[in-house]
Amino acid sequence: MTLKSDIRAEAEALQAIFADAVPVDAPMLVSADTLLDLYGEDIRGRAFTTHDPDRGELMLRPDFTVPVVQMHMDGGAEPARYTYLGEVFRMQDAGSGRPTEYLQLGYEVFDRANPLQADAEVFALMLKALDGLPVRAVTGDIGVLLAAIEALDTTQARKAALRRHVWRPRRFRALLDRFTGKGKPAKGRAEYLKAAEEEGLAAMIARAGPPIGLRTTDEMNARLERLRAEAAADPIDQTQAEVLVSLLALKSPLSEAVEALQNFAVDLPGLQGAVEHFAARVDALKAVGVSVSDIPYEASYGRTQMEYYDGFVFGLLAPSPSLPPLATGGRYDALTRQLGGGREIPAVGGVIRPEQVHALRRAQA
Amino acid sequence: MITLGVPSKGRLMEKTFQWFAARGVEMRRTGSDRDYGAEVAGLPIDLRLMSAGEIPRELAAGRIHLGVTGSDLVQERIPAWDQAVEVLAEMGFGHADLIIAVPAWWVDVRTLDDLDAVAADFRATHGQRLRIATKYHRLVRDFLRDAGVADYRLVDSQGATEGTVAHGTAEAIADITSTGETLRANHLAILSDGLIHRSEATLFRSRAAKWNDSTRSALDIFEKQLKTGA
Repeated sequence: MTLKSDIRAEAEALQAIFADAVPVDAPMLVSADTLLDLYGEDIRGRAFTTHDPDRGELMLRPDFTVPVVQMHMDGGAEPARYTYLGEVFRMQDAGSGRPTEYLQLGYEVFDRANPLQADAEVFALMLKALDGLPVRAVTGDIGVLLAAIEALDTTQARKAALRRHVWRPRRFRALLDRFTGKGKPAKGRAEYLKAAEEEGLAAMIARAGPPIGLRTTDEMNARLERLRAEAAADPIDQTQAEVLVSLLALKSPLSEAVEALQNFAVDLPGLQGAVEHFAARVDALKAVGVSVSDIPYEASYGRTQMEYYDGFVFGLLAPSPSLPPLATGGRYDALTRQLGGGREIPAVGGVIRPEQVHALRRAQA
Repeated sequence: MITLGVPSKGRLMEKTFQWFAARGVEMRRTGSDRDYGAEVAGLPIDLRLMSAGEIPRELAAGRIHLGVTGSDLVQERIPAWDQAVEVLAEMGFGHADLIIAVPAWWVDVRTLDDLDAVAADFRATHGQRLRIATKYHRLVRDFLRDAGVADYRLVDSQGATEGTVAHGTAEAIADITSTGETLRANHLAILSDGLIHRSEATLFRSRAAKWNDSTRSALDIFEKQLKTGA
């Protein structure tokens, strides 16, 4: 039986690594609206929801990122480095036996000056914190994926659809196949366009029923235009799509990843900028002493579960794949934009699960 | 002796009694129409009349050995339901489909794929997620996740769900329908691939209830009776 006090002692010892950062705390109850808006309905399956007569629906914080970003955006000095240590709460699948509350130790950097250096700093600190433990590191870069989508020779609407579903690999693949003409066309689409052409949208609507709800006929007309443009657009080049698919499957040590990505950029020239950015990060990692030949890059790492990351992502995984990662993190510039109400700041951070670290240390002893 | 929970009112109760009667199991109420006493003649069964909505909870907790209720309620209300209960018999009545419906005048939305695209547009235009009114949160969320629909939000509706769209509190609904008449009356249309669950009255066995030699043999006798019939 592990004592909670032992885990806290482990956490506090680990936190010494972040001694240069400002320690911050955050409320345990977070507005459900804010979290729902950011993460979508799935958060309800992962967070505990409660209710306050004045503040409405609240959630027990599933992580610190949102409250810490909110706190910083409300007037934190720049640049800023924060550390925090406290419980987070996660609803788990029935019968999984996974803990529903556990300590999370975090480190977040808000710094405009040199984002790549900040990426390297956070990753190196996390490695240092877990030094001596049998963890397996893995890194990714959501920025490369987004750039690869942007580099496709196709319409903005298709790129937006692919970007939106980059987090849902199965749906992403189905969309890509549809856009190349390899997959099935959208069901009922041709019939709808034909009917709209022959009968006119206004007549179709009048026949179908009264205009209930918030959506307007203007919105429907605008979508009809988009659907017409989509139907008229050339399919995405098969070769380009295959390059994207093999890029998503790329796994290589960081030291060799730059060259591999450069090869992809030959077929997808629009990728060049993101590859240079990636290469500069590898250099930044080297400069802080990370042994890049030992650190794997997996292009699809971070595509599931981490919907708010948009750049560098990493995990320090436990030896057994059935155990949760000991540390995870990444860059989330877009999240600060969403929470910042018009303002934004480049941000990168990571969290450690002290109870997992503690368990691993005990298993080793 | 094993306990069997069955719905305490209405057509569901009548149909349940008929279903068991057709298999030679005579259930009858004891006392008046107003009290919930009931018994089964000649079998080691302790019959309990209960609210159909509470039967899933009682099954999950193992407070009853067997229970009759809608499969929709079990799947919605018991997390990892197939680990908590076992289906003994699908009873062939109480059919109802849990479906997703949108305003009929949305002539450009006929599939989940359309719904997803419109949800993205809606969020961009209105600055809020497209709202789907339902009381089946778990089933709907799992279904939409699996289908890759994003940018929606569930709003709780415990009754008169079909009216929420006209009242402006939701853009779409996910609800139980048997004939579709109420949907049509409320100017809603079912998505062609929007069938989430086909529900029917089902006899469940609780895995959490106390199963020992005596209760197991009582179940054997009961199951044999149901198989061989009258």
